[in-house]
Amino acid sequence: MEQEYIITVFSENKVGLLSQITTVFTCRSVNIESLTTSESAIHGIHKFTIVVKTTPERVEQLVRQIEKRVDVLRTFVYTADQVVQQEIALYKVNRSRNVERLVRDHNVRILEIDPDYIVVEKTGHKAETQALFELLQPYGVQQFVRSGTVAVSKSERELLNEYLEEFERRCQREKDKNNTDLKIS
Amino acid sequence: MSGSQALIESFLIEGVDTLFGYPGGAIIPVYDALYDYRDRIRHILVRHEQGAVHAAQGYARVSGRVGVCLVTSGPGATNTVTGLADALMDSTPLVLVTGQVGSSLLGTDAFQETNFVGITQAVTKWNCQVKRTEEIPAAIAKAFYIARSGRPGPVVVDITKDAQCGMAPFHYKKVTAIRSYIPVPDPDMACIEEAARLIDRAQHPLVMVGQGVVLGNAEAELKDFLEKSGMPVASTLLGLSAVPTDAPQYVGMLGMHGNYGPNIKNRECDLIVAVGMRFDDRVTGDPAHFAENARVIHLEIDPAEIGKIIPADVPVAGDVRETLPLITSRIERRSHNAWIAEFRECDRVEYDAVIRRAIHPESGHIRMGETVDAVARAYGNDAVLVTDVGQQQMFAARYFGFRRTRSIVTSGGLGTMGFGLPAAIGAKLGAPERDVVLFVGDGGLQMTIQELATIYQSQVPVKIILLNNSFLGMVRQWQELFYHSRYSFTRMVNPDFGLIARANGIGYRCVERREELADAVAEMKETPGAFLLEVRVENEENVFPMVPAGAPASDIRFE
Repeated sequence: MEQEYIITVFSENKVGLLSQITTVFTCRSVNIESLTTSESAIHGIHKFTIVVKTTPERVEQLVRQIEKRVDVLRTFVYTADQVVQQEIALYKVNRSRNVERLVRDHNVRILEIDPDYIVVEKTGHKAETQALFELLQPYGVQQFVRSGTVAVSKSERELLNEYLEEFERRCQREKDKNNTDLKIS
Repeated sequence: MSGSQALIESFLIEGVDTLFGYPGGAIIPVYDALYDYRDRIRHILVRHEQGAVHAAQGYARVSGRVGVCLVTSGPGATNTVTGLADALMDSTPLVLVTGQVGSSLLGTDAFQETNFVGITQAVTKWNCQVKRTEEIPAAIAKAFYIARSGRPGPVVVDITKDAQCGMAPFHYKKVTAIRSYIPVPDPDMACIEEAARLIDRAQHPLVMVGQGVVLGNAEAELKDFLEKSGMPVASTLLGLSAVPTDAPQYVGMLGMHGNYGPNIKNRECDLIVAVGMRFDDRVTGDPAHFAENARVIHLEIDPAEIGKIIPADVPVAGDVRETLPLITSRIERRSHNAWIAEFRECDRVEYDAVIRRAIHPESGHIRMGETVDAVARAYGNDAVLVTDVGQQQMFAARYFGFRRTRSIVTSGGLGTMGFGLPAAIGAKLGAPERDVVLFVGDGGLQMTIQELATIYQSQVPVKIILLNNSFLGMVRQWQELFYHSRYSFTRMVNPDFGLIARANGIGYRCVERREELADAVAEMKETPGAFLLEVRVENEENVFPMVPAGAPASDIRFE
């Protein structure tokens, strides 16, 4: 059955990698619900957060195809309950008494107030930012934009660090093996 | 030293002795440098860049080395795309260096500029653009490492003209690891144990061998495994020659035009041991009905292939050269003689229904199968077989026979017509001590026929057997079987191939009558240098057996 998955991809910061990753989805006709990318906590390593609705079998195939790209370090897949996730939405709305009441009730941040309009920001899950949008719409939303999902896993261990440590051990093993080979020959 | 010199020095360190290429504006600096290396690197001037890539593929497939190509930007580069796609599908290690316009012109629609890194993203294992002279050695080192490690594949390095011309000190360091890339996954020992347990219990097992065994140089490890397990073994098209055709446990080729036994009996199997293969749809037919009663052990170096088509009960990721011995050491020595005898019975059925009339027809025009058989016998089943794509490919794969590994070069995954002639050139250069014979149809030959001039210029002694039926035979066969014999644009009105051969300085003979066939094959074999033997075969012959596309493999039919 289809469900929502949050895929996080850690990659080298290489030109064209975004397109390499999105191609994995497009050539299998899987629609990307949202995608964000930025540098990760580790300098030089980029993190993609991709939200898709698909089946468990499909998502596993997608992950393997993404990991197959030479410049991708690791890819992890989560269901919604395994991550803490947020989106940010900006609303530019006509000023009116009702709007100001909605803004107060919904605990949003006011970014700018102009005689004609007000710009507010709300962070939350998509359902929450969408709900506010629908409430504001009757009063005239001039512009509306929502970011993609950003997420951090609830896992205690940083899985990417484990991978990088494993890589170091692997290199050391190879080096040791080669040294032994040299000694033998 | 200049970037161009640095490129060639890098090639030398990586052991390159042959380049397949075609000069042009954006790669002239490299060709200028190459002029001083003529004593150390052989350059084969092809007649079209597609030919350069296919030739490099042929070279790589028979030698196990990385094939290397050199072409210019724009059209030179785009002409290679088919070859790259072919090499990616068939896991062939290639490094293609393309010239690119100067870095200050990038993105300006300059003369002969294309975004080649963008274009080739989907048809390469890895690619990169180099804009600075000092980065050339590191890019080449990485390219060779990626092309040949793990599951091999094609790599493109696109070098701007200013980077080729600039000067920088030369330092070369071979790449042995990349942190974002695990070429060979570590095998899971629990899976190895489980695989051994299933193998010991199996009553009707079948081993399916793919090209992974050849690419991993694991033929000896496979032989040990087969001897101890006693299992019957079948091969994919690209896995052919990994096991000798006359090996006692060998039961034939899988696939749409494969042998009867391995297709019909897959539903009786209780265990499939897939070794370095990827369950292509031409092998499985309808995957829902493929080996539906069998547990599947899948030994494969590319984790993305495990479970992609056929779910693996026991996934054994890793290099088959490492994983096969781990399993062999854990299993009991067994024999499956009664089970193998059932395959032999299938062989007899297939012989009576198809093979006898394919290779020993008594009347009518010459048949493709009998031609393949005559050539194979003339060479003692020990030549390197190169094929194009289509009916001749299937007849050749079925009837040629193999004694040693790396003896077939064919376009499997992509099915590239026009592959054969340039691939044969590369194969002969990669294995000069071996006889190289090419089977090609009249359609495929004309797709890359200009490479006959490459054969002439570089004096490459390949033996070309043109099976001329004046049709695009495989499509015609489908039209006959599935489209009510409506032969829509598959009839070929061909030029005089004898004149073309002679124009290219290549020996030629044409046969139409069965009585002359053996003599003509002997003449081809004994003539020094390249030879084109045109065999005018039955126009409307079909390849059988055949599994209709999308049907279960066990729906294999004889007519």
